[in-house]
Amino acid sequence: MTITTAPRRRRSFAKDEARQALGFASPALVGLALFTIVPVVLSIVMSFFDWPTFGERTFNGGANYARLFEDPNFLPALRNTLVFTVLYVPVSIALSLALALGLGPRIRGRGALRVLFFIPVVTPMVANVLVWKMLLQPQGLFNGLAQTWFGAELPNFLADRQWAMIMVVVMSVWQGLGYNMLIFSAALEQLPESVVEAARIDGARGLRMIWSVMIPMISPAIFFATIMTMITSLQVFVQPQMLTGGGPGNATMPLVMWIYNQGFKFQDLGLAAAGAWILFALIIIITALQFGAQKKWVHYEH
Amino acid sequence: MSTDTVIDRPAPLDATEHVEPERRTGREPATRGSRVRTAIGHVVIYLAAAVFMLPLVYAFFSALKPNGDMFAMPPSLFGSEIRWSNFAEVFAYGPFWTYIFNSLFVAVAGTAVVLVVSATAGYAFGRLRWKGRDAVFVLFLATLMVPAEVLVIPMFQVMQWFGWVDTFQALIFPFAFTAFGTFLMRQFFRGIPFELEEAARVDGAGPIRSFLQIILPLSTSAIAVLAVFTFLSFWNSYLWPLIVTVDYAAHGTLPVGLASFSGLTGTRWDLQMAASIISMIPTTILVIALQKHLVKGIAMAGLGGR
Repeated sequence: MTITTAPRRRRSFAKDEARQALGFASPALVGLALFTIVPVVLSIVMSFFDWPTFGERTFNGGANYARLFEDPNFLPALRNTLVFTVLYVPVSIALSLALALGLGPRIRGRGALRVLFFIPVVTPMVANVLVWKMLLQPQGLFNGLAQTWFGAELPNFLADRQWAMIMVVVMSVWQGLGYNMLIFSAALEQLPESVVEAARIDGARGLRMIWSVMIPMISPAIFFATIMTMITSLQVFVQPQMLTGGGPGNATMPLVMWIYNQGFKFQDLGLAAAGAWILFALIIIITALQFGAQKKWVHYEH
Repeated sequence: MSTDTVIDRPAPLDATEHVEPERRTGREPATRGSRVRTAIGHVVIYLAAAVFMLPLVYAFFSALKPNGDMFAMPPSLFGSEIRWSNFAEVFAYGPFWTYIFNSLFVAVAGTAVVLVVSATAGYAFGRLRWKGRDAVFVLFLATLMVPAEVLVIPMFQVMQWFGWVDTFQALIFPFAFTAFGTFLMRQFFRGIPFELEEAARVDGAGPIRSFLQIILPLSTSAIAVLAVFTFLSFWNSYLWPLIVTVDYAAHGTLPVGLASFSGLTGTRWDLQMAASIISMIPTTILVIALQKHLVKGIAMAGLGGR
């Protein structure tokens, strides 16, 4: 548009500019083609082949997608991923929102507290998981304290089918809390003082202020955080991989671990690619549903 | 904005006069009730922070215990002796320095690539005019939707074709071309007044010169934010290094090394805790140093959703 409507004398100028723009954009374009476009296309192709890591590849139509549902671990992995997401997202969002509100401008040591809550976010996940693994041992701190203080024997968290998933969720909430808290803090700091003040003059206080004024005002940030948190939790891998190894049995094995195992333990890249596409479809569908629902609760100023 | 919220109602005139004195800070008058509420708020937050920090504090003290005291009953913060030597033993047990060096090298090199690629592409998309620009940009943004988990399978195949399996290139390049950096830089560059550049252009400066001497110097804060987040994501990434690294002792990054280390040491919880604590130090220092910029950065990256 801009080029065609530009004055005649600018034409050679514009041609120059287009050439130079290509120069500027080419590293990104080449990288994107090599490391995103090619893999995406390749991944579709692979999902229709018997594609071992080494050796013969043969086209098998949609057989991989059919095989997915015969695999004894695929559907449980799909279910585990959904259970994790359903448990993790609301708890994580609610807690980080409560923290951000609690860390309002009047709290002393706000900066230090923010750093505190942010440390696990930036720490290598493996280190976080090792710490929790130690705490959750049958002889670890939690059970030790329960026995010493209350004489109560806690369940063996990581070896129990129900508890293992709950602990994966608890550990993940702890790990990820600081990130959303910071997003909400940033949004709260941008609230126009005049609006908050006007509401206060109208008599809004405490919970009413939070529920009727602050939360609607930062609902775009809450929406954004919910979407991102949901996408990352559908991709959960490290926490169950390190904490429980997907066990006991397959009780905490999520989809990404299943994909990893198929591809790199069992060397069946075609089946793994098919599983990855199911995961992608799931992410798209859930994200689309959320965008559909946002009219009901997200308030935009414009 | 929905009409049933309090916000849309205009403030009654007479009320404005009442609150006039506190307008500056929006602070309520310090009645006894509000002081109590504030105090309770403080206590709740500090308690929450203490509970939150418990795992890390306990891990730190566990790293100082002899292994035999790790799961003693009743649990205690201190073991029978304080063993700082655990931290030294970590380095004797595995190629821990190599993991740290590899992580540092990969994260710094990866960040450098991301910064160069994002800044140049951001300039092309944000400030230069060319045919098809917007369509290509939409394609860029669309790739953000593809999760890494979908990409790792074919990416591993591509690495095999390149002969890059178990190399540093494979750790650095595949995830250094994400559209996120380009998007961030483009948004920031578009906010810089065009007159600044026009003037230089009229004086004969080409795009390269005005990019290097006008746009980049004005964008240090955006570049810093992108650098920090990129560094952290390289430093902490686990799935891809786990897949593409074969010889951990040579090319293992810290998360992969740490995971394999915990397999090696088996029941040596003292060493595992010491190793975990060591791996937390660099990022913790980074966060403390950049504390003030974190919120600003997240807000600026448009991550606040506004």
